[in-house]
Amino acid sequence: MKSILVLFTVTALSISTLIFPALAAKKPPEKGERLPVINLPVPKNTDERDYLGLSGSGLFKIPQIKAKAVIVEFFSMYCPICQKDAPGVNELYRLIEKNPDIKDKVKLIGIGAGNSPYEVEVYKKTYDVPFPLFPDKDFVIHQACGEVRTPYYMVVKMNEDGTHQIVHSQLGDYPGAEKFLELVLNASGLK
Amino acid sequence: MEKRRLHHLILIAGVLSVFVLTSMALGLSDAYRENIYQVGTLKPIDSILKVKVGGRALDFTLPSVSGEKVSLDKYRGKKNVVLSFVPAAWTPVCSDQWPGYNIAKDIFNRYDAILLGITVDNIPTLFAWTNQMGQLWFPVLSDFWPHGAVANRYGVLRSNGVSERALFVIDKEGILRYIDVHDINKRPPLEDLMGVLEKLKK
Repeated sequence: MKSILVLFTVTALSISTLIFPALAAKKPPEKGERLPVINLPVPKNTDERDYLGLSGSGLFKIPQIKAKAVIVEFFSMYCPICQKDAPGVNELYRLIEKNPDIKDKVKLIGIGAGNSPYEVEVYKKTYDVPFPLFPDKDFVIHQACGEVRTPYYMVVKMNEDGTHQIVHSQLGDYPGAEKFLELVLNASGLK
Repeated sequence: MEKRRLHHLILIAGVLSVFVLTSMALGLSDAYRENIYQVGTLKPIDSILKVKVGGRALDFTLPSVSGEKVSLDKYRGKKNVVLSFVPAAWTPVCSDQWPGYNIAKDIFNRYDAILLGITVDNIPTLFAWTNQMGQLWFPVLSDFWPHGAVANRYGVLRSNGVSERALFVIDKEGILRYIDVHDINKRPPLEDLMGVLEKLKK
């Protein structure tokens, strides 16, 4: 009986060491790499669902968003730079939405690292954020993405064949909406 | 045999929780760049509370970063008071706590509450640290000298001289209505605190 228990412990420990590196990446995914698996809830809000080109309910993955490029911002309501940059990131959304050439090609989402739904809602309301934000209360997505500091921006390019890759990422240093949009369009080959 | 199995399960749970905890402390803003001292995972709570819910809050007067002295009793009959003790300036979770409260001013207002941020750091340190957070709307108080005296009277001074990560809610009559001596490694979710303030309002 004792040996069974020991075997059980050893197995459990080795499974945990095998699984954890896969879930908690040591560093952020790099340019050219694929996104780690990130499951997000399909927004209940119809406008947000339409914006992302999703339907139904349940979970979705970022590459399922109907777009040629998706900008992902890791933010936190507790992060002063995210707060300071929030109006500029809203402006980025507006620049995209008012340009008919890119409106349906570039989408923007935010992931609240360590933020509960309540905390994300406070941030959304304070800065009147017009694009979909997703809570990551238990840091699950944050860990899968190498525990990046905030704000962190990733641009994901969707290829015709259904594959995707990260074409740009940066920690902070938000250069303003116009410059960042140009960077996004260049990096994702939309320009 | 059952007991032994329990021990094994506890061991496994322990190992797993280390994985979870180590990552928890790191949801950090880039605002402080390389200026945050990584403390690692600490003993969740390291003090014995000396006050209780339903009791009268102990009065104190402490210097604030803005220069004025702040006394708890000046809010008596006027405002609900939230005391937010955080362990130390320039450490991971603390640096990510008050900036969130800073954008929640209207929620504090809605519940007729003032927030008092307190650490055992001295004023110049608090000045430099809170400057990284932008303009804070609430007083930041220094419980530096006699060292940690207020934290100690409330029973939230840890054995190494920093305070716990603790929230106290005091109503307008000066009665303690909520105490959360939180796991020092984690940030208390905002909804827990606001839920308490909402109930006070009713």
